[in-house]
Amino acid sequence: MDALALSRAQFGLTIAFHYIFPPLSIGLGLCLVLFEGFYLFTREKLYLEIARFYTRIFGLIFAMGVATGVVMEFQFGTNWASYSRFVGDVFGSALAAEGVFAFFLESGFLGLLLFGWDRIKPRTHFFATLMVCLGAHFSAVWIVVANSWQQTPAGYHLVGQPGGGIRAEVTDFWQVVFSPSTVSRIWHVYMGAWQAGAFAVLSISAYYLLKKKYETFAKTGLKMALVVAAAASLLQLFSGHDSAKVVAATQPAKLAAYEGHYETAAAPLYLFGWVDEKNGQTHGVSIPGLLSYLVSGQSDAPVTGLNAFTPDKRPPINFVFQTYHAMIAIGIALIAIAWFGLFLWWRGGLWKARWFLWVLVLSVLLPQAANQLGWFSAEVGRQPYIVYNLMKTSDALSKSVKAGEVLTSMILFGFIYSLLFVLFIYLLNDKIQHGPETKEEQGHRA
Amino acid sequence: MNFDWQTLWFILVGVLFTGYAILDGFDLGVGALHLFVKDDTERRIFLNAIGPIWDGNEVWLVTGGGALFAAFPEAYATVFSGFYLAFMLLLVALIFRAVAIEFRSKQPMKWWRQAWDISFSISSILSAFLIGVAMGNLAWGIPLDAGHEFAGTFLGLLKPFPILLGLTTVSLFAMHGSIFIVLKTEGALQAKLKGWVKNTMITFILFYVLTTFATLIYIPRMMTTLQQAPWLFIVPVLNVLAIANIPRNVSKGQGFGAFLSSCAALFFLMALFGIGVYPYMVFSNPSPENSLTIYNAASSVTTLKIMSLFVAVGLPLILSYTLSIYWIFRGKVKLDSLSY
Repeated sequence: MDALALSRAQFGLTIAFHYIFPPLSIGLGLCLVLFEGFYLFTREKLYLEIARFYTRIFGLIFAMGVATGVVMEFQFGTNWASYSRFVGDVFGSALAAEGVFAFFLESGFLGLLLFGWDRIKPRTHFFATLMVCLGAHFSAVWIVVANSWQQTPAGYHLVGQPGGGIRAEVTDFWQVVFSPSTVSRIWHVYMGAWQAGAFAVLSISAYYLLKKKYETFAKTGLKMALVVAAAASLLQLFSGHDSAKVVAATQPAKLAAYEGHYETAAAPLYLFGWVDEKNGQTHGVSIPGLLSYLVSGQSDAPVTGLNAFTPDKRPPINFVFQTYHAMIAIGIALIAIAWFGLFLWWRGGLWKARWFLWVLVLSVLLPQAANQLGWFSAEVGRQPYIVYNLMKTSDALSKSVKAGEVLTSMILFGFIYSLLFVLFIYLLNDKIQHGPETKEEQGHRA
Repeated sequence: MNFDWQTLWFILVGVLFTGYAILDGFDLGVGALHLFVKDDTERRIFLNAIGPIWDGNEVWLVTGGGALFAAFPEAYATVFSGFYLAFMLLLVALIFRAVAIEFRSKQPMKWWRQAWDISFSISSILSAFLIGVAMGNLAWGIPLDAGHEFAGTFLGLLKPFPILLGLTTVSLFAMHGSIFIVLKTEGALQAKLKGWVKNTMITFILFYVLTTFATLIYIPRMMTTLQQAPWLFIVPVLNVLAIANIPRNVSKGQGFGAFLSSCAALFFLMALFGIGVYPYMVFSNPSPENSLTIYNAASSVTTLKIMSLFVAVGLPLILSYTLSIYWIFRGKVKLDSLSY
């Protein structure tokens, strides 16, 4: 493999691994605010117990997020130096803003959240929890701003440099921040993150119920998380629709690849299928005219097809078709699970339906998968560009870094991340098995 | 006269990295000394002394990196791609350090704790050393081509001067860390650690003198700005005074005073480094005409102005809650059920 393929693989590996954790921090952060808020409001010990237990889980997740996140801040410079030179003026400011407005906030107050329970008043502690949750949400804003600028660049002009070469420079900062795709993508990321957090709480609670341990604790946590999960899953449907409309308007090649749509004509929506890239055909089960209808409100409106783009300007089609459709299928499944859970709760059968509790235990994996698949669709769908229509990914590499060096770091990261993942799962399981009791309480019992 | 936004941002990026050196400096230092205490409780006290704050400290590095990217993208691109393997090692060390702190306490087995103790300590030392080596290379100069790309090799980065600066950084952080840990401990452990302060202090001062002479002899370029603006001589003077004040505080038993002196010493050392390399971001050695200065490496003035607004809004907030959090966690380490 050459330096380009290796650098892309390394970026993909490091960002995909990193992205297991931030959505959990965001979603679980929201749940912590709810749990602790309920405690302050009702002063019932049970909510405090729930808040303290999930704070311990949060601490582990947050540490993983930080450890793998430092890599991301520097990887633009190490592997994508030409990209950094080209976009630093625009893209760098979003990253710097993330540091100034988000990282300091969440990391500063994290210490209070984890270690401050007995040092500060409950109200002050709640404030710290709120700030950590807010910091996590701010962080997503800035990183989505940076990424959305790569998808739909705005508010810049190209300037020739004295030493040769050109770069993008900011002309209107607010246009950079609110590039055409920013707002719809932030909501999409938030809902994905809330689902990740809520389904994690659902999974752990359902596990306790199946094991008949800490039942009051588990039932209360489950009910609260179920409400968050149901709301976020349904809202995600709307934000997904909104996102897709923006893609249709701003990145037609990407939308066409998502649906394997070749001829510019009225377009069907595939439920599932397979793209035969060699012959330019898509096979599968589809609803005629639905894509046209979703994009423009008319089922016979033409949607730009892939044939409008020369092959060197198309992304890998079948790959993004599959990741995109898998993401949607999972999204629908999550709505079904969460709303069926609400239905069971209303009918009073939630605690007896053991099969459904097992579904909830496993459901924690689904938002994770959907989040990863969604990012793969968005990022691979932007190819062959690193900045849409402005810079090709193949022109973005570091010129001074050799393939052998990237291979070395890639092996290093592969090894370390595998180790970290095993340890993370082991410790997460350990915390779950340990349950909500503190060490002293267990000591008293023994 | 036009306002010199590039110099302002050279200072601001410097402030972020100085914040990092002062804050993560002591927790890297605590990590460097970690293996020298043998007892499990004592090691836990070390970890919990930095437990609630190390993460916030590391953010200064991340934000410094982001600010460098935004304000001087050419320098960010050249340095990080040029020091590729060295930075990958630093990242690996920082990852190991972070997870070692988090994972160590989770299991009681001796081998488990020993393994994380070793990775915590080695990665702390390695981080400090690599940061010093990187700074040493920026002072000495690295070969750049006409397109500002690094034209040297990994082994070429390991010249004697950068290695000397790497060792100096380790000794500096070890001293800074030992002064900090004395503040967080009491009783017999504190008495033992006070002895360490003397040793680390003497080691650092030896390295400091050696580095100063090496710089004067081999890198006269570092004096240029001082000669042009003689009022800046206040910085090396205050630097020497701050360092000299550390043994004075220590001998008088003023622990917190010693820590403040140590912070001041770090601040002035970073300032001195900044004055020395100014106006270069990355000096090219050989072929100085290919160097990156604060002017040909900077973003547009529009971007620098926008980011100045970020800093004007953000920095007071950051400082106010950072100080509040340090205030809440002041005092001696007490191990409880929440501790690592």
